[in-house]
Amino acid sequence: MINYLYPLYEIVRNYDRCIACRVCERQCANEVHEYICDADKVVCDDSKCVNCHRCVALCPTRALKIVKSGNTYRENANWSCKTIDEIYKQAGSGGVLLSGMGNPEKYPVYFDKILLNASQVTNPPIDPLREPMETKVSLGAKPKAVERDENGRIINNLPPQIKLSMPLMFSAMSYGSISYNAHESLARAACELGILYNTGEGGLHEDFYQYGNNTIVQVASGRFGVHTGYLNASAAIEIKMGQGAKPGIGGHLPGTKIVGDIAKTRMIPEGSDAISPAPHHDIYSIEDLRQLVYSLKEATGYKKPVIVKIAAVHNITAIASGIARSGADMIAIDGFRGGTGAAPTRIRDNVGIPIELALAGVDKRLRDEGIRDNVSIVVGGSIRSSSDVVKAVALGADSVYIASAALIAMGCHLCRNCHGGKCNWGIATQIPELVKRLNPDLGYKRLVNLLTAWEHEIKEMMGLMGINSIESLKGNRLMLRGVGLSDRELEILGIKYAGS
Amino acid sequence: MKRVYVNEQWCLGCRLCEYYCAFAGIGGADMARTLKGVKINPRICVEENNGISFAVSCRHCEEPLCVKSCITGALTVNSDGGVIVVDKSRCVGCYTCILSCPYGAVSPSDDGVIQKCELCVKTVSGVPACVQGCPNNAIVFEERCVAL
Repeated sequence: MINYLYPLYEIVRNYDRCIACRVCERQCANEVHEYICDADKVVCDDSKCVNCHRCVALCPTRALKIVKSGNTYRENANWSCKTIDEIYKQAGSGGVLLSGMGNPEKYPVYFDKILLNASQVTNPPIDPLREPMETKVSLGAKPKAVERDENGRIINNLPPQIKLSMPLMFSAMSYGSISYNAHESLARAACELGILYNTGEGGLHEDFYQYGNNTIVQVASGRFGVHTGYLNASAAIEIKMGQGAKPGIGGHLPGTKIVGDIAKTRMIPEGSDAISPAPHHDIYSIEDLRQLVYSLKEATGYKKPVIVKIAAVHNITAIASGIARSGADMIAIDGFRGGTGAAPTRIRDNVGIPIELALAGVDKRLRDEGIRDNVSIVVGGSIRSSSDVVKAVALGADSVYIASAALIAMGCHLCRNCHGGKCNWGIATQIPELVKRLNPDLGYKRLVNLLTAWEHEIKEMMGLMGINSIESLKGNRLMLRGVGLSDRELEILGIKYAGS
Repeated sequence: MKRVYVNEQWCLGCRLCEYYCAFAGIGGADMARTLKGVKINPRICVEENNGISFAVSCRHCEEPLCVKSCITGALTVNSDGGVIVVDKSRCVGCYTCILSCPYGAVSPSDDGVIQKCELCVKTVSGVPACVQGCPNNAIVFEERCVAL
């Protein structure tokens, strides 16, 4: 059969610099490089390369680089090379196209069209190196009024909260979709930073119960790994209704990844596929959701806040309004650029809405309805930098979720082949030789470094706006101005155009 | 004394340590120029079998058998640290040290006498080249309270 596909990337080896140390050959799980003994040289097969840069990063003499293949079909503005290749793939396989990580297509990134304000002359900026800056946040429902007992003493009516040293958390990635070492890195980094990480729908490995105070445990449609001990080990519980990368569909972790501890942690037999249904089969209304929220609260003695996570979709404001009345303490909204270990390509690239618009809409609607204090809002779906965090907070978020950025910090090069299970960086794989490539001692340190840097930058940005507490920035849309946006977009974002 | 230790759990068998060791031994500004076309003879060696790998280099023993066995006094324990060093001008290449080292950490060098790890700590970072070059912290340079 003819192979219609030409490799997307070419590996360029500078033979003047290559010393044939063979580290590229030893480190490539896709078996791209091969040492030819007779010729004492290393050659490569571009067709197997996923462009993950493991060989490039480890080559001690910088003899390797990977470039986009110059091979092209006849130019066509309608039928792009990518579109044609996808048809060849499906015509060859008869299967649904799969992709890893978030939506890579050219949709507008609203964060890049929003600019921050700075203080000049009449409202002095604050120097964060000389004056105290507060980035701590407390997430959870807030009481509407002060209550007193018959003696006039204040009754503590504060619902359970979670406290974060900065408005950032690691979002859900299951043990199974990512490796043990990746999980350990996230858990240890969350502990050191005073933030939370999220188990995803893979259960909580018994080794990680020690990080419970910094753990959000997830309850999703497959209910994998859920039991009382799991719920009570956590700082908060998240009900996953949807995910930004694949709203409205379930999940599928192939049986090949359900090995050893993963099967035990998920409480399913080894080798069985872990299929999470698209809906929760017990939730068909806000009332049903309320039942699950209160079941979980009941199971944990009303000591843990409950988060409901949903994908940003068209009716997000109405859905969020319902969730805010369901008894949930927090709403997590995942934008259409959110990452995933594997999703059908068409769904990842065509379903959902941008997180910036969803956030602005939800924050406004909840304020208009007087129920904004019922819930905290956490947003995710491609928060890429500290400025995205600041803009999200100014649009009304209480905190953000990051995951792709965290993976990149640990070595991920966004090759988007997580679904292949052969992650050369030891992140999205369960093959022991690959898993051990991520030493958590290094991985956690890189996460701590990243977020420490972001925290400094957040404080700098708050300082230049003349704000010394992140709480004062929340929903402060006057600190934002848009560029290159239509009146309708500005209206939805609730911000003014630059210059006005 | 700080020594080179191996965390076998994290060794990937990539053998970069061997190349960084060889580069440090020969010297030069650029590894590509130094090692191009060179068959390396490093002082650290990755042992590999059945998916387990780890790098072996001189342990700098408190009671070194190699020093004891040396017939010319070429191998000595450095007075200011405990590093076992070779005086190549005194070595006659009898290889008794190679026979007596229980770790196989002494080897013949390209110039006829013997070679072993002498802890190349005079690097920019102050840690040996193999430690500096290990991508996964599988080789570390640290103080440990263990009797060798």
